[in-house]
Amino acid sequence: MATKNPLQLKYEESRRRLLMDRSVPGRMGVSLPPNDVPEQPMPGSDILRNEMDFPEVTEGEIVRYFSQLSQFNFSIDHNFYPLGSCTMKYNPKVNDEVAGLRGFTDIHPLQPESTVQGALKLMWELQEYLAEITGMPGVSLAPMAGADGELAGMLMARAYHLERGDTQRTKVLIPDSAHGTNPATATMSGFEVVTLPSDARGDTDLDALRNSVGDDLAGLMITLPSTLGLFDSNIDQVVKIVRDAGGIVYGDGANLNALLGRVRMGDLGFDVMHSNLHKTFTQPHGGGGPGSGPVLVGPRLLPYLPTPWVTRRADGEDETFSFTTPEKSIGRMAAFHGNFGALVRAYAYISTLGKEGIAAISDDAVLNANYVMSQLKDDYDLPYDRVCMHEVVLSARTLKRQHGVSALDVAKRLIDYGIHPPTMYFPLIVEEALMVEPTETESKETLDYFIEVMKTIAREARDEPSLLHDAPHDTPNSRLDEARAARQPDLRWRRQT
Amino acid sequence: MDSHGFVSPYSPNTDSDRREMLDAIGVDSVEELFEDIPEAYRHPPLNLPPPKSEMELLRYAEELASMNGVPGDYACFLGAGSYRHYVPAIVRQLTSRSEYVTSYTPYQPEVSQGTLQTEFEFQTLCAQLTGMDVANAGMYDGATSLAEGALMAVRVNGGRRIAVLDSVSPRYVEVLETYTKSQGIEIDIISADNLTLADDTACLLAQQPNFYGYLEDMQAIADKVHEQDALFVVYADPFAMALFKPPGEYDADIVASEGQALGVAPTFGGPYVGIFACKQQYIRQMPGRIVGRTVDSDGKIGYVLTLQTREQHIRRERATSNICTSVALIALMSTVFMAANGKKGMRHLAELTYHKAHYLASLIERIPGYSLRMDGTFFQEFVVECPISPSEINDKLLSQKIIGGLDVSDMVPNGMLVCATEVNSREEIEAFAHALAEAVA
Repeated sequence: MATKNPLQLKYEESRRRLLMDRSVPGRMGVSLPPNDVPEQPMPGSDILRNEMDFPEVTEGEIVRYFSQLSQFNFSIDHNFYPLGSCTMKYNPKVNDEVAGLRGFTDIHPLQPESTVQGALKLMWELQEYLAEITGMPGVSLAPMAGADGELAGMLMARAYHLERGDTQRTKVLIPDSAHGTNPATATMSGFEVVTLPSDARGDTDLDALRNSVGDDLAGLMITLPSTLGLFDSNIDQVVKIVRDAGGIVYGDGANLNALLGRVRMGDLGFDVMHSNLHKTFTQPHGGGGPGSGPVLVGPRLLPYLPTPWVTRRADGEDETFSFTTPEKSIGRMAAFHGNFGALVRAYAYISTLGKEGIAAISDDAVLNANYVMSQLKDDYDLPYDRVCMHEVVLSARTLKRQHGVSALDVAKRLIDYGIHPPTMYFPLIVEEALMVEPTETESKETLDYFIEVMKTIAREARDEPSLLHDAPHDTPNSRLDEARAARQPDLRWRRQT
Repeated sequence: MDSHGFVSPYSPNTDSDRREMLDAIGVDSVEELFEDIPEAYRHPPLNLPPPKSEMELLRYAEELASMNGVPGDYACFLGAGSYRHYVPAIVRQLTSRSEYVTSYTPYQPEVSQGTLQTEFEFQTLCAQLTGMDVANAGMYDGATSLAEGALMAVRVNGGRRIAVLDSVSPRYVEVLETYTKSQGIEIDIISADNLTLADDTACLLAQQPNFYGYLEDMQAIADKVHEQDALFVVYADPFAMALFKPPGEYDADIVASEGQALGVAPTFGGPYVGIFACKQQYIRQMPGRIVGRTVDSDGKIGYVLTLQTREQHIRRERATSNICTSVALIALMSTVFMAANGKKGMRHLAELTYHKAHYLASLIERIPGYSLRMDGTFFQEFVVECPISPSEINDKLLSQKIIGGLDVSDMVPNGMLVCATEVNSREEIEAFAHALAEAVA
């Protein structure tokens, strides 16, 4: 790259200037509305705030600053984004338009139910759709994200055992391939975590499972397909062993994109699961939220659902929808009724695809992942050489041993080719893991380009490893010093004195 | 087109693409890729409606949306945790940029500086608004932020009881119960008149202004709490902080707030963003995502997710919380909103809100049979004691296209919690007062 002259460097720096450093006293970013009511007496200055240190910037400057910053992001709309376990599929634009209708955005959460029947009807229909897709009869849309759905689910498991007087059921089994949220959720729900090993094929180790269940078993949290991208071929027995021992079977639905129309957790005997609407049902990820994590339950946990859920009363042609609290509800997950905006988008997505479209998702998602696997297994290690589901976990183990090039280096080099890196170093049980989830919305042409890039990078690792070590080469920042960030936390702008 | 005649606009694979890929994989059909699924469960029924075209979807959605009453059709005087304020056009415009909308959590900082730097701005503005040392990148909403604040106080202090003022929103207390019950943490509801904390109390939670809209004497409460070696956890309204002394000035330890009022439409309750701030010394016990400033290998300033050893993906069952989202896009709305309104605008809107609410209160006070229930200073909402049941009044108001205040008669006899902000016009306010008088005439 050509070296930049001082003026060019100045421009680069100016784009990164923080709001407070851009602030000039007297500038305004909005036109303020006037007061149309008589002035009211103000309280004494002893309780008023003296002054607030806040930016003074014009509207145009704010627009340019945030627009320039936005261009420092990779996103689905601009890049292939095969981030494993995150289901970065195309987010249909019409969903945003539907969610932006004033009748959805401008309603207050505490309005009388008679004035929000359209919103309630939409929520009720979405409950029905999700119940149908997963085979679980009970749905609460209240949880705000996947991890919040997990929390709701495990609190229900706890309430279920306590009601039966089974206070000794404190142990939750979690496979070693699980998302980190599962053990964190189990702890938050008051359980003790026992890690369950995977067998040589990447499935649940049945002997270990049998040896771990007993009177103290509260349940099992399992991701299906697992974070290895594999459908546990022992799933039938896993469910049976846990249920026979009196445990609750929790399904982490983060990977539901692999199962749509192919199998339902409810049919497999799961008691409870959550669905990440921001993964499977295209609520945009927003740079890290909002998400939405409805929790779905089978008959055993139905009375414990968090509040609220939407019920329908039909009287001939007339139907009325209302919020209801299940009789033994675990309570409220948030101030109001869940992330309604995300619910609208998921509803729009399911409506657009309908029965035929939804059932076809997993076929193409799984086909795409297997295609990538088949084309890259000679260039990267494949820890589990079997059919995968919607994602494939590769490993850079050999590259690391032979050429000193890590999964991180491969990931960073992908950026130079305009591709967002896969999930790295996860699951933890795979050394130098690179977890690739192409999704069903990517074309064969894009997959072929990705395959070619990955093969090229494997060659570069042999021939010119410094290309990988120094990557990425053309981003606003080169590799960042994360150790320094953690050691000397610098978490906000401060006035230079 | 396949046999059903439906082709998804979102999936590019054609039959010939599929054939080529299957051949490359070395299988005959997609079916073979699903053989790990027990056969008995494969191909469940999927009883969903047929696909809707984009045009049909929009028509149906518009029909559903039009069944909901919105401001314009109705004048609305509800608050109680969700507040209407004017949202400048740049908030929606900038936060609709797909670079922000369709990116993931910034795990790869080199291609996420946009998200990371705006989150750093959010942390800065939240720290300045609350008057606290530091803030994180965002929580689900204000209520869960408060509950996480209480759990954090338990981690810091070691006590196993949480005291809550009886003037905290009952919804927030319910969320707190959901979060704490399973961990064996006890909750004591106490009154500001008697701030003696039980042994083993980790913290006291208070709301400013309280659920009824009135200011508490936070400095006095903070002093009493600290004397008893507990932490002071505060839920504070964002606009109230722009007008009245913020938590950082009365020695709060942990602060939660609801970012919705700052540029986010009410949206039937979500998505919102929880603000979470605390004193510097507690940062390693914070829940949620935190962005830090650092340098890259060329010495240039850049931003990363930091202090990640607190988080679930590293620490698993020993994490400070299971939360992974920071509701980044909603936090961005609040960031742009705060930046645009800036120093003058935030104060102006807070004062305007104060005047509107107080003007409304002055009109209601004059109506025979109605009275303001409490003494003290309120900000944007207040409790009216009605001559008859508030639900009966609200029914009458609805027929005049007015959505009245929240019925809180389970807490205050015939109580109605009424809210006005700058978006309520003088005309609306006067019509509301008039309708209240008529409802009991």
